[in-house]
Amino acid sequence: MVAGLTVSERQLALLVLGLLASGGLAMAAAGRGDPLGAHGFIVLIISVALAFLVLSRYHDPEPSQERLSEYYDDPTRVGIVLAMIWAVIGMFFGVWVSALLAWPELTFVDQAWASFGRIRPVHTSGVIFGFGGNALIATSFHVLQRTTRARLPDQFSPWFVLIGYNLFCIVAASGYLMGVTQSKEYAEPEWYADFWLVIVWVVYFAIYIRTLMRRKEPHIYVANWYYMAFILVVAVLHIVNNLALPISAGSAKSYTIWPGVQDAMVQWWYGHNAVAFFLTAGFLGMMYYYLPKRAERPIFSYRLSIISFWGITFMYMWAGSHHLHYTALPQWVQTLGMTFSVMLLVPSWASAGNALATLNGAWHKVRDDATLRFMMVAAVFYGLSTFEGSFMAIRAVNSLSHYTDWTVAHVHAGALGWVAMITFGSFYALVPWMWKQERMYSPKLVEVHFWLALSGTIIYVFAMWNAGIIQGLMWRTYNDSGTLAYSFIESMVAMHPYYIARTVGGLFFLAGAVVGFYNIIMTIRMARRGAAAPDSASDVPAVAVQPGE
Amino acid sequence: MGHAMASGSHDPVTGRQTTGHEWNGIEELDSPVPRVVLFFLAVTAVFAVGYWILMPAWPTGLSYTKGLLGIDQRQLVTRQVEDAAAARSALTNRIATEDFVSLAADDQVMTYVRDSGRTLFADACSACHGAGGKGGPGFPDLKGGSSLWGSDAATIAETIRVGINSAHPDTRVSQMLAFGRDGILERDAVLAASAYVRSLSGQKLTNVEQGRVETGRTVFAESCASCHGAAGKGQPDLGAPDLTDTRWIYGGDAQSVHASIYSGRQGQMPAWEGRLTPAEIKLLALYVGTLGGERP
Repeated sequence: MVAGLTVSERQLALLVLGLLASGGLAMAAAGRGDPLGAHGFIVLIISVALAFLVLSRYHDPEPSQERLSEYYDDPTRVGIVLAMIWAVIGMFFGVWVSALLAWPELTFVDQAWASFGRIRPVHTSGVIFGFGGNALIATSFHVLQRTTRARLPDQFSPWFVLIGYNLFCIVAASGYLMGVTQSKEYAEPEWYADFWLVIVWVVYFAIYIRTLMRRKEPHIYVANWYYMAFILVVAVLHIVNNLALPISAGSAKSYTIWPGVQDAMVQWWYGHNAVAFFLTAGFLGMMYYYLPKRAERPIFSYRLSIISFWGITFMYMWAGSHHLHYTALPQWVQTLGMTFSVMLLVPSWASAGNALATLNGAWHKVRDDATLRFMMVAAVFYGLSTFEGSFMAIRAVNSLSHYTDWTVAHVHAGALGWVAMITFGSFYALVPWMWKQERMYSPKLVEVHFWLALSGTIIYVFAMWNAGIIQGLMWRTYNDSGTLAYSFIESMVAMHPYYIARTVGGLFFLAGAVVGFYNIIMTIRMARRGAAAPDSASDVPAVAVQPGE
Repeated sequence: MGHAMASGSHDPVTGRQTTGHEWNGIEELDSPVPRVVLFFLAVTAVFAVGYWILMPAWPTGLSYTKGLLGIDQRQLVTRQVEDAAAARSALTNRIATEDFVSLAADDQVMTYVRDSGRTLFADACSACHGAGGKGGPGFPDLKGGSSLWGSDAATIAETIRVGINSAHPDTRVSQMLAFGRDGILERDAVLAASAYVRSLSGQKLTNVEQGRVETGRTVFAESCASCHGAAGKGQPDLGAPDLTDTRWIYGGDAQSVHASIYSGRQGQMPAWEGRLTPAEIKLLALYVGTLGGERP
């Protein structure tokens, strides 16, 4: 890692780590007796540890100029491993938190940190931001270089993005356990973590722009449109939704500047576009590279890609208010959210169809190759969950599905079936390339992972579909006397078997992720023991020397 | 795109041309957008525009387009709530105005009470009194027998209204003193009273307890009878429970009885006035009467 940096990059790293450590120290000092102080210590310890890492290699010889004739993939390799670590952590917490719903006493220690309200965001942030975010960063750096034939612009900023982003994730997750939260779903981290993420994100976007500007391809590939949309829009969403005033410089607590129903609207404009641009656009970027690459087929239709991209990016922006049907939000806003959600189905299915039609001529590979099958199933689940999303956005449907486990089923059809599957497929394609191996350590285990993931997803989603629809019906059924026929607790009792089934499905999915992590680690060890596959002659950038060096 | 297509190559599988772009081996076909996509784009757009015309849809500065159907979700829900209340009003008005005796005698009313009381009880009362009112440690069984404050419907309704040791100004107040902890009784006296109390309900006593019963009788007469009555049958006026039956709120074993005498008890029930309507409170009081046991 450090040995690959030039001396000036090592100096820059030390400077940034020094600033970060001072920031941590200031937080620790200002936030005494507050969770902010604990976070200050975490930041301080991590930045000092990293500074020691840089110092220990500071006097190593400079990397040779030859490195510039190769893509810079170290951040991608580390990002893959980090993503898998977060996957296991996030999914473990997911299984735990689902078990809590079936057996509420499973807090083991009866401690506040182990209560549902605190470990649930560790699950959601762990899988979305820890696993998904690292996977996006790792693959975007890889795809960006291959599709521009340009090396990343420097060697420091990708590390800044990757490590800075993981620092954000660590502060977020540890904060939840301490009870630090903004109480905004998927935007729980408090003001100082949010502020830090803005800095990281601006650098991320700059890497993209700087590389694209030096590209040696006349056109920008579709995958990069999606990755760019992901980075740019997430920045906008993140900043607007997290506008808040801390109660003091020494406190982790802040209050949003958005009042009342406007806060709800901003939150779900953010929340739904986090689904759109984090969990959809970013992963479509992933799909657009690794699926045709693995299938060795051209994209079915360039024109369809254009329609889908602009349809998705334009229409998603309006859809967030469908999370607030039948609330204090004015009805006209609900109308817009609903109608744009319905129209959104067409470009969404066009994307899924474009992916599946790309496989024409390669279906025998889908049959034989679990890696490609992961991606195929991901495209199918993408189609399924976007149909379901548009359907649930219709007000009359939403009046049944809202606040029930149907929503949970929908989210997990997307998160497990689409996001995680496309990531696993992409990783299984990418890992052998990154570590210069012919194949994964065990193709059999890829197959095992595929079936664990698929069966886990199906068990999970069917359990929650049943649970959600039963709940929705129990909550709206009246008896002859004109009173609700069921009490709330009766709907809870009815959920119990489905909650157990859901935990089983989640366990399957977690087991698959553990198998995948093991397989990736063993592939890396295989590479460490030598036996490198010959470098592909085409897998090098067109730029021999980067500007500024 | 024109110039790019010109340099495209032929894809033998689909028979189509590529666009001529290539990124690290990835190419794109120049397939036209399938008609079905354009068709459904048009269909959903027509649906959206139609919906916008009919329903509240677009902001116009300080107002918004109201839609041709003139539907307003707030007016709609207000009307639906009013309609539902009107549909129930025949019976709810009777429950609100008539006395308990005539209500309890009316089959139609009592059918309504059983139907509506069940969910109301489960949502409002079951958290403490358990499903079906069977109670639990610290929370009285409502299914019959002795009640702390009296078991006729009017008394139950009053208990629901004001609560017990609650924040309501008219709350029922009842406190069992912490005889041991606060030093009112000596250790031996607490043990003796505990043995005597257990004897009142005919429980099988240990030999040690047997030896304490007589002392306990005296202690009871001096310290306990003022609330629980000379015979230990309790006093509903004070919320003091009957100690001669086999029904216990905090448990009738030696350790629990001793803990009650040593540390006292001050159970709480929230007041429901303001959270439930007067008719709902009366309905619940009638419903509790249907739970079983020896009630009027």
